[in-house]
Amino acid sequence: MGRELTCKELVELVTAYLEGTLPGRHRRRFEAHLAACDRCTAYLAQMRTTIRVTGRLAEEDVSEEQRAVLLTAFRSWKAS
Amino acid sequence: MQLVDQLQPAMLRVARMYVSTAAVAEEVVQDAWLGVLRGLQSFEGRSSLRTWIFRILTNIAKTRGQREGRSLPFASLAGDDLDAPAVDPSRFDPPEGPRGRWSTLPEDWSDVPEERLLGHETLDVVGRAIASLPPMQAEVIRLRDALGWTSEEVRNALDLTETNQRVLLHRARAKVRGALERYLSDEAT
Repeated sequence: MGRELTCKELVELVTAYLEGTLPGRHRRRFEAHLAACDRCTAYLAQMRTTIRVTGRLAEEDVSEEQRAVLLTAFRSWKAS
Repeated sequence: MQLVDQLQPAMLRVARMYVSTAAVAEEVVQDAWLGVLRGLQSFEGRSSLRTWIFRILTNIAKTRGQREGRSLPFASLAGDDLDAPAVDPSRFDPPEGPRGRWSTLPEDWSDVPEERLLGHETLDVVGRAIASLPPMQAEVIRLRDALGWTSEEVRNALDLTETNQRVLLHRARAKVRGALERYLSDEAT
């Protein structure tokens, strides 16, 4: 546990770190490595950018046909 | 119908994971909406509305899939690459070298102009990368990162453990990052 993280190990912990699920001492070890490593800092920044770009994806549109089918189903449910 | 517009595409994809055809998936989603209407009065607000809707959906979809005789091992939805490294091992110094250190600096994407980073072409690269993921990885990253659901909502909606949700998201994000890296570095040269 006293050993420092390697870059190769750190990249596998990035999601747990961003999810906030790394237990305290693991998080401190992660952050200590990050503070001293511009490569892993760049990698983490890339990952945050990846998440931001993914956030711009638009969901598909619902087809008119499907909307019509659902509306009919909703109406018949209300009527019953 | 606003909820329908928001949730229908994801509901169809999730249903499609468990049943044999797109047509059956549409029926399952329709049944799920009727189930939602019937159950709405008993919705207790202990989970978010969309989580509750997806619980109804996955229950119906799983039952329907079983009736169709489809039995899906977790790996066929989640992918068999969950243990694979997030970054190609050749990007790090060899193990006998200085402790698994990056051998090349990951590029600084803060230099990439916003209009390129968020432009159609880049979004297309990301969309295609997600479409090529195993279905459960694709759905987790869509719900979390494209639609902004919380990890708790996604866990409950897709019936995943905390660890599974995180591992699926980790694989998905790693592959999407890799696709972005290939695309952005191709463009630069």
